Amino acid sequence: MKKSYWNDVVKRFSRHKLAMIGLTVIFLELICVLALPLLLGLDPYSIDSAAGFGAPPGGIHILGTDEVGRDVFARIVYGGRTSLFVGFISALISLAIGVPLGLLAGYYKGAAGVLVMRLADVFMSVPSMILVLVLVAVIGPSIESVTIVIGVMGWPQFARQLYGNVLAVREKDYVQAAVAIGEKDGRIMMKYILPNAFAPVIIAFTFSIASAILQESSLSFLGMGVQLPQASWGNIMYAAQSITVLSKRSWLWLPPGLALLITVLSINFLGDGLRDALDPKTRL
Amino acid sequence: MGKYLLKRFLIVIPVFLGITILVYVMSSLAPGSPIELLMADPFASAADIEKKRHELGLDQPVVIQYLLWLKELLHGNFGISYRTYGSVLELVASRLSPTLILTVFTTILSLCVAVPLGTIAAYKPYSVWDYASSGLSFAGAATPNFFAAMLMIYIFSIQLDLLPTGGMYDASGTHTWGMLLRHLIMPSVVLSIQQVGSFIRHMRGSMLEVLNEDYIRTARAKGLRENVVLIRHGLRNALIPIVTQIGMNIPFLIGGAVVTEQIFGWPGLGSLMVTSIQARDYPVIMGITVFVSLAVLIGNIVVDVLYTFLDPRIRYD
Repeated sequence: MKKSYWNDVVKRFSRHKLAMIGLTVIFLELICVLALPLLLGLDPYSIDSAAGFGAPPGGIHILGTDEVGRDVFARIVYGGRTSLFVGFISALISLAIGVPLGLLAGYYKGAAGVLVMRLADVFMSVPSMILVLVLVAVIGPSIESVTIVIGVMGWPQFARQLYGNVLAVREKDYVQAAVAIGEKDGRIMMKYILPNAFAPVIIAFTFSIASAILQESSLSFLGMGVQLPQASWGNIMYAAQSITVLSKRSWLWLPPGLALLITVLSINFLGDGLRDALDPKTRL
Repeated sequence: MGKYLLKRFLIVIPVFLGITILVYVMSSLAPGSPIELLMADPFASAADIEKKRHELGLDQPVVIQYLLWLKELLHGNFGISYRTYGSVLELVASRLSPTLILTVFTTILSLCVAVPLGTIAAYKPYSVWDYASSGLSFAGAATPNFFAAMLMIYIFSIQLDLLPTGGMYDASGTHTWGMLLRHLIMPSVVLSIQQVGSFIRHMRGSMLEVLNEDYIRTARAKGLRENVVLIRHGLRNALIPIVTQIGMNIPFLIGGAVVTEQIFGWPGLGSLMVTSIQARDYPVIMGITVFVSLAVLIGNIVVDVLYTFLDPRIRYD
């Protein structure tokens, strides 16, 4: 039964056109971001004074150069590394904090449940953009601090999601049976409850990557995220806050903006596909 | 109802206290306390420093320090800005109405787009309208605020020269509604882009559910015209869950306003936040955070209460 469910999931997922598009785009992007710097010898830091500052696309700089003469294409490729890294790792951090808390809260209910859920309320009442902005400013902006702060602040989504599912699953007969035969709490949670309540967590994980990427880029765009000379799609666009850059040097903000949009869109497609695939109610 | 409200408020109190603790912890992580500044002063003696510590209550245990800070906060004393030397509360209050105008207008705008689109999408599933609206909600959710803002400024201000690039009024000094509206269009469209997506999805879902109800079949069986069925019987019921959605979106709306206000030079709380962070003006940063969180909590209560008025079937006891 178990096996056929996962077979169905894979089947449903592979029939989801948008999810397949998303998967392909992200896969290609990962390859580009990892392989292109090696293959083409891209250098996002060195300043090409011969090409000039803010040179338009053409010649060896296919997307031109930025305000200080760095190759924009190389910066976008490296910026992609940053975005994907920050997105994935911070979603992982949110999951690592939120899942245990949600599991414990749902299993023990009562005071533990109330405590964890109220704590989640506290975190969700402060707009996460503001929370992240303030904490990063206090700690000092860098790739590491941005990743950790976005990750730590994202736990309530996972905890809430799992809490609801665990409450439902723990009443199932097989869990009651496990309790009756005297299984230990830890084993019941890990073996009987978590696997049966985990599907929504996978979906939440994909959407959490997308939102982390958006948050990182917004922070970097405000100059409070990934710091120069390190490249991030957001901080490449930081330069375009001036009207001259915006109107006359579109190669500085249009490509990173599109890269960001396409990436987040693809991840959301993936998430949508997973949601449909993991839901047994969706017909094949 | 009164009992429910009381209960609702009682739940909010620990959450609000939790927020103040969170903010206090964040502010204590911040470098540059008054004591550190004094210690850097070569003319300050050890006794001076000790005296200052005592005056500021910094020789007390952390818990006492927090309670003293909370007491001041509850008396409306949010502290003094490091940057302007003015009262934080007054500074925050002066920036309140632009943000309120922006967020309320944005929400109305989002509803004007999402309600018709979501309704049509649900009424004719898998039609062109359905695909168009789901395309729009996907695109909206994936477009970063600042990128949308840049595209709009590029197209409507630079290329077409139709709309102002920022600010709330012209430099002329006269304030008219028309002028406000012209300045409001781009920021609120940008801010509504992400919201519209989630509103459309919820509107479609809720409308699909309502259209399957018995009372819709009854209305049709009575021979009512289709648009009466759809609007008076369908829409009125389908709109109720959207109210919850508006409430849940408040934190995201305010978060988005930070970036949007900064780009468009909109003189609200969001741009004050960015300025204060750049200036490391911690009292203002903490003040805005507490204030905004309180606004979110109150907003959610208002939405809950509104919900019971809109749907008399719901009784909280």
